[in-house]
Amino acid sequence: MSAAVRRLQVTSPDGVGVCEDARVPLGGTSESGERTVSSGFSRGREGGVVTTFDEAEVSILRSLASHTLDLVEPGETGDDPLERALGIGPSEKPDDPVLARLFPSAYEDTEQAADFRRYTETTLREGKRADAKIVLDSVEHGHVELTKEQAQAWMRALNDIRLVLGTRLEVTEEVHDELAGMREDDPRYPVLVLYDWLTYLQETLVHALW
Amino acid sequence: MEVERPSIDVRPDRPWLTIVWNDPVNLMSYVTYVFQSVFGYSKEKAEKLMLDVHHKGKAVVSSGTREEMERDVQIMHSYGLWATLQQDS
Repeated sequence: MSAAVRRLQVTSPDGVGVCEDARVPLGGTSESGERTVSSGFSRGREGGVVTTFDEAEVSILRSLASHTLDLVEPGETGDDPLERALGIGPSEKPDDPVLARLFPSAYEDTEQAADFRRYTETTLREGKRADAKIVLDSVEHGHVELTKEQAQAWMRALNDIRLVLGTRLEVTEEVHDELAGMREDDPRYPVLVLYDWLTYLQETLVHALW
Repeated sequence: MEVERPSIDVRPDRPWLTIVWNDPVNLMSYVTYVFQSVFGYSKEKAEKLMLDVHHKGKAVVSSGTREEMERDVQIMHSYGLWATLQQDS
């Protein structure tokens, strides 16, 4: 498991520390020079949460949530009408390590795992797609207010995005320490900064919901 | 040909277990939050289970009938936690 982000502790009081870095993948800072960069989520009204995003951050989050939708296609239920009606899906473990991580086998035994997958993976896919769509529908430049339900969907969607990136990058639990000691011209640096920023966002979201 | 499935045992004295496995991505805070909100555990119990997963590589997070554990595993998967179920040995 990953501990709280190191960066969280060194973020300056005005909360721009992590976000300055998060702009690196986009290659620039906002032209307006506005200090509207996200300092993560905080508690809102009636169990909801609030935050602020700049245009670059909205663009990153949109693109990542869309990527989840591309990756997690709607569950395929085959041609059999009964299977469709019951939402019976694939029984094979996905070959792609990212999909295999998003849809793990529930049993060690292959046959039992296949049975479980047939009856659950379609529902899981729909859930992950619904969460990603809530991010796409609610992310916007400036002040963002989320209800508790939306915030919980965001929390799962950010986790899915981090699972996708983390699995592709083969991150370890030391990723945040690794990043702290990494040269900025390292080819992995921009994407790890992005991963670190997403970790920070999710961490602040969990605490804002608690 | 019918294959024997020795891991299935209907004796009621052997409950089924939901096991959560460690992984490098999931946040410690998030995992604790999930254990608290899904299972209704106290913060102390949820944190202890989270630390067991973190340090020992896995932890039993719930137990019950096979159907109940299949439901719990599915919920864990919906939160992106890596969970499996097995019958208590």
